[in-house]
Amino acid sequence: MHIPFCEEVCPYCDFAVVAGRDQLASRYGQALVAEIRSAEEWGPLEAVNFGGGTPSRMPAGLLERILGELSSRFGLREGAEVSLEANPEDWTLQKAESLAAAGFNRVSLGAQSFDAEVLSYLGRRHTPTQIVGAVAAARQAGFASVNLDLIMGSPSESAASWTETLRMALEANPDHLSTYSLTVEPGTILWRTVRAGASPPDPDRQAECWDEADRECARSGLVRYEVSNAARPGHPCRYNLSVWGQGEYLGFGNGAHSFRDGRRWENLRGLERYLDTVEAGRSPNRRFELIEGWAAETERVLLGIRRRAGVRAGRAGEALWESPRGRELHRAGVIGLHGDRLVVDRPLLTDEVSRAILAIPPPESAGLGNIPVPGG
Amino acid sequence: MASRSLIRNFCIIAHIDHGKSTLADRLLESAGAVSQRDMRDQVLDTMDLERERGITIKAQAVRLDYEASDGRLYVLNLIDTPGHVDFSYEVSRSLAACEGAVLLVDANQGVQAQTVANAYLAVEAGLEIIPVVNKIDLPSAEPERAAEELARVVGGDAADTIFISAKTGEGVDELTERIVEVIPPPAGDEDLPLSALIFDSYYDLYRGVVCYVRVMEGSIAAGERVMFMATGEKRDAAEIGVLTPGSVPMETLAAGEVGYLITGAKEIDRVRVGDTVTSAYRPAAVPLRGYTDPRPMVFAGIFPTDGDEYPRLREALEKLQLNDASLQIAPEFSQALGFGFRCGFLGLLHMEIVRERLEREYDLDLVTTSPSVAYRVTLPGDEPVEVRSPADFPAAGREMVVEEPWIKALVLVPPEHLGAVMEILTSRRGELGPLNYLGTERVELTCRLPLAEVVFDFYDQLKSKTRGFASLDYEADGYQPSDLVKVDLLLNGSAVDAFSAVIHRPRAYAYGREMVTRLKDLIPRQLFDVPIQAAIGSRVISRETIRAKRKDVLAKCYGGDVTRKKKLLARQKEGKRRMKMVGSVEVPSQAFVAALRVRD
Repeated sequence: MHIPFCEEVCPYCDFAVVAGRDQLASRYGQALVAEIRSAEEWGPLEAVNFGGGTPSRMPAGLLERILGELSSRFGLREGAEVSLEANPEDWTLQKAESLAAAGFNRVSLGAQSFDAEVLSYLGRRHTPTQIVGAVAAARQAGFASVNLDLIMGSPSESAASWTETLRMALEANPDHLSTYSLTVEPGTILWRTVRAGASPPDPDRQAECWDEADRECARSGLVRYEVSNAARPGHPCRYNLSVWGQGEYLGFGNGAHSFRDGRRWENLRGLERYLDTVEAGRSPNRRFELIEGWAAETERVLLGIRRRAGVRAGRAGEALWESPRGRELHRAGVIGLHGDRLVVDRPLLTDEVSRAILAIPPPESAGLGNIPVPGG
Repeated sequence: MASRSLIRNFCIIAHIDHGKSTLADRLLESAGAVSQRDMRDQVLDTMDLERERGITIKAQAVRLDYEASDGRLYVLNLIDTPGHVDFSYEVSRSLAACEGAVLLVDANQGVQAQTVANAYLAVEAGLEIIPVVNKIDLPSAEPERAAEELARVVGGDAADTIFISAKTGEGVDELTERIVEVIPPPAGDEDLPLSALIFDSYYDLYRGVVCYVRVMEGSIAAGERVMFMATGEKRDAAEIGVLTPGSVPMETLAAGEVGYLITGAKEIDRVRVGDTVTSAYRPAAVPLRGYTDPRPMVFAGIFPTDGDEYPRLREALEKLQLNDASLQIAPEFSQALGFGFRCGFLGLLHMEIVRERLEREYDLDLVTTSPSVAYRVTLPGDEPVEVRSPADFPAAGREMVVEEPWIKALVLVPPEHLGAVMEILTSRRGELGPLNYLGTERVELTCRLPLAEVVFDFYDQLKSKTRGFASLDYEADGYQPSDLVKVDLLLNGSAVDAFSAVIHRPRAYAYGREMVTRLKDLIPRQLFDVPIQAAIGSRVISRETIRAKRKDVLAKCYGGDVTRKKKLLARQKEGKRRMKMVGSVEVPSQAFVAALRVRD
């Protein structure tokens, strides 16, 4: 469930977000409801994720109503993960309590850093203290799972600062910790600054941050289960795991993606166009793609290798293993074959592996691969 | 057939951009050879590339009918000459077809080295020289100074100079009258056996090889059986004619006349510039003097960036060869670059033109290795062997004698830049000769130096150190022994043949150091540490290490953008396709280009 509204657009963000358009929130809520009602039969749902944007900016009543609509349209499985993203500065005890009452059981807090200077560089408006308060509020409201998102290796961050951020984050005792390297995405404010001569993030420095996070999380009982994610046993994010396991999902809202029955599509990205289209009773779904045959097989491996447990090698994994590039990757200690599972032993080099998989020529009998489907 | 006394055969000698082609246009106009409507600027330059670069690659000939002030109708044959140092042989053949030369100099730029060199050639060939200063309409023009320099070069009187503006037409009539007046009509005897000089040729897709000829003795008739004396090839003269500038077939061409000859020959190397055409039944006793085989002086490997393009590269080179007998090609295999060709060129400009045509007209993406020269290597007890590629150069430590080609260079430079030029020349092993002042503004400097020192970025350095004021011409000047070594570049322990170079021993360390540093910046980090070494034989003279890559992963991958990330990865994978595998090291094709690029 995509919620595009933000107070301000962060300099590194390239999601489908808007700032200063909160007055559209209730129209947007209506549109989401309409989109949910016109979706095909499906369910019951195992995980629900409200992402953004900043879902926590929406009135609790609106989020509750949308969740209610999802639940009545598709049904929620017993014990389903119902998660939302929140900014620490929005996350009051009152909001936490009403959302817990509405059925949310997991919150992902955009902490990013515990260093005021780094937060300011990242364009965030909260203080380190507010993060600690937000975690406490979530606990008090009864959230079963609390995640902190951290961004590492920004040019404004020293090694000592990252060490301190990690320490404070782990001290807040979250059930889940995401540690993302700052990336410069085309078109963002950060991208323009870097293009104008500001220093970009240093990948070697980020590798050091990653090593440190991996070590410190393990010491605190958080097990890294994906390149950028660690969790206490029982707390890995089910929604994300489903994506990496080539599971199916439906996305609602502007710019949201869906994957079902081997088809992937995305919604109109512009907020206004999305609203106008849905309000006119038309489908906002666009850019259908059929993922089948060899394309589906390589995608299975591409997604799966992000997990620490790796992926069943299958045809694509075996083809990689036997290719010259695969042998080099193995020799360099990047990949390993453990039983029938292909595992990336140097997760920071996962994209080397991904490119090698994409470079494997499709076998003759593998079907036609990726075909755009006109109109769905 | 024109009466021989009314024929004037002449050429225009000029530096690049001094206005030769514009003057030719004006002469054509004044003779009414080309109507204003059909007039494209610079009629004589037929190739797009020539038009763009403002230089003339292949000589051509145009016949103009001109009614002089004495009331008689003259036939003026304007023979165009190539305007660059690489084509001095072709220039000499064009000169041999003329009795006079218009020596054209830009009023602003004055005399350039290549004008001097070609003027000397013309004087040696016994041509009547008409000094002309062009572009007098330019506000910055210094016609008197240019005239003074011209007079010093050809040894005449500055008062004889004609001042013109080819652009506006001013002075062109005076020049035409002077051509008629002072250039002697051709000699020759129509009753002798045929001997005609081929001074240029080109390949026409439909008609085969078209050659331009100047009949020296005898005459040639359409349909006659002719023989090319150097190759012994016999063919029928399927068509003969003149160019006005469109082709006009003729029944005969007699001694003194200039025209074209088509025999249907398809291979341009059977019909060589400088060769003599004679009658197959009544051949001349001896060929005309001055013929030599085209002899490449500069060699470089040309490889397709994408190995799959090799057949297209071969086809393109073969097509270029149809029109260019001086371009030599031989298949070559490089471990680093795959299949390609070692090509021989007349000089650097020739190489540049070939490369540009391959890329532009045939849309090929190429890697060109450093240009090198042909070394003469003698191992004990063996005959000397010509080595055209550093890859074939014997390893260091073997007892051998290496000789390299030297050149005699002529540089013209304003006195304030003389110091810079001398510095460049001495740093490149130049042996300076005497200075000769052409007026107060320009010094003529002669120098002997190894050709290898010139093929590597020499022009660029000369230009930048003299703010573009120096000009250069050179000619081959034999071989002499030299202390040369092969420097290899090793990536991860294995030598990359494309980077090997033959270097004068005292410079080997500096060269090795520079290449190692460059490669370190050009080669992306790999999965493992990659040592880069420069070595002479087994002795490492310089070393750097590219540290292993530590991080290459997208931070986030969630449902929202699987497609986008996949596309991004696929694009990066495409980038990888443009990598060359050297052993286990991925080297971007661009790195080859950049590493081999000339330095400042």
